[in-house]
Amino acid sequence: MDLFIEQTVSGLSTGAIYACLALAVVMIYQAIDHFNFAQGEMAMFSTYIAWYLMDDAGLGLPFWVAFVVCIIISFIGGAAIERIVFAPISDAPVLSHIIVFIALFSMFNSLAGFLFDFTPKQFETPFGHTALIDGVISAHRAGMVAVTLVMLGLIFVFFRYTPIGLAMRAAAAAPDSARLVGIRVGFMLALGWGLAAAVGSVAGMLIAPITFLTPDMMLGTLLYGFAGAVVGGLTSPLGAVLGGFLVGILENWMGTFVVGSQLKLTVALVLIIVVLLVKPAGLLGRVVVKRV
Amino acid sequence: MALLEIKGLKAYYGQIEALHGFDMELEEGEITAVLGANGAGKTTTLRAICGMVKSSGTITVGGENVVGMSTEAIVARHKIAHVPEGRGTFVRVTTEENLRLGAFTRRDKEIEKDYERVYHYFPRLKERRNQQAGTLSGGEQQMLAVGRALMLRPKIMLLDEPSFGLAPIITEELFNILGQINRDEGVSMLVVEQNANLALDISKNAYLLETGNVAMTGPADKIMDDEQVRKSYLGY
Repeated sequence: MDLFIEQTVSGLSTGAIYACLALAVVMIYQAIDHFNFAQGEMAMFSTYIAWYLMDDAGLGLPFWVAFVVCIIISFIGGAAIERIVFAPISDAPVLSHIIVFIALFSMFNSLAGFLFDFTPKQFETPFGHTALIDGVISAHRAGMVAVTLVMLGLIFVFFRYTPIGLAMRAAAAAPDSARLVGIRVGFMLALGWGLAAAVGSVAGMLIAPITFLTPDMMLGTLLYGFAGAVVGGLTSPLGAVLGGFLVGILENWMGTFVVGSQLKLTVALVLIIVVLLVKPAGLLGRVVVKRV
Repeated sequence: MALLEIKGLKAYYGQIEALHGFDMELEEGEITAVLGANGAGKTTTLRAICGMVKSSGTITVGGENVVGMSTEAIVARHKIAHVPEGRGTFVRVTTEENLRLGAFTRRDKEIEKDYERVYHYFPRLKERRNQQAGTLSGGEQQMLAVGRALMLRPKIMLLDEPSFGLAPIITEELFNILGQINRDEGVSMLVVEQNANLALDISKNAYLLETGNVAMTGPADKIMDDEQVRKSYLGY
């Protein structure tokens, strides 16, 4: 029973990371109808920036200062990627988008290795690693969940209650109508990319103390994030967040009690396939009917 | 000088020229109807005014040329509210959020008050204010589209087939309200319609488009009496 509780709680904490990535993926998916395959690598690169800001060989800033600066840099970077790379090809076919995603993926991956080398780096945590509540959860994992929940709450309030959040939703859902009420759709898309990149950077900075910082640290994590997004529903940000947590817990249960830890990653893939076969819209997503 | 003046307007979809260079005017405070068969260029004309299709020639609003300006800038600067074909409802947000979006470019403090102004014309929308807009009926969505346009406090409203897909009784109600809005608020309107009778009823002037050119223009009652128009567009 102890093992079960422990695995569930630790699943919740990694689930928080998946929830962040799933949310980032869904935010971009809603705007441009495609999965951003490079979301994980963008997050990884942001984490390297944070590492550089903090490390003694870099700028040596305190954790929370680096944390905030990194979020800001990631936001600007994400918005810039939309403006420079995606705005010009907004009318291009799906395949062009996918190629660009793959290009971004390998660019960020190689660039991180080139700039910061491939040896795994230790990433500092402000929470420490002491065990809490009889060893059920480490301080860092508890902090991870707390930070994620605060951030998700802020994002929810932003989209739900501010005019600019409303305008972003409108621009993503119905760009032509949005222009007709005077919303600068391109600006809103860039803002969406910036937010997604910022959310991803938080996920990266929180998971890095557990996985160590390497250019490949996000590969598996992003797959779980995708699974979370698909399970929750690609059209529902709330669904994506819930899906992320769910995948985190399922991953641990399956890994500990059913398939063993070597096959954990397979769980994510199987989950994606099963959901797409059985309930393609996901838990909270809606079926989108398109006229052809 | 007319509030809206179109001179030598040409519009293009890729290589294809959809409007072949015509003139049109909308006087301040008046309603003007734009009639014509499918493919005559009615919708394209409205879209050109809002900068949504590539066009040449001049379109002046209050003396300023808007050809080449972005849609967002035209809406914000010249207070032109476009009620598009198919209503353009933001389906996943509530009725009231749709209205809020209509006022997106406004920075004044009166936005809250204007909800009531819209609900005064369309009481049904008030009952539905917190309902997801995609679940409204066709007639309600059309009312919402007009209400959203009103939230801009527009100088000009462009209405693209407001009667489309509505029951005759709802259409009539809607046109009555449009006439009322025009009288109460002094909003100028350019109304594109297949239902020529209704449009001519509330309009002062009318244009008849045929394949990208103006085939006839004049006071609405004259156009209504014209035998050719009656046979082709009014059906009696």
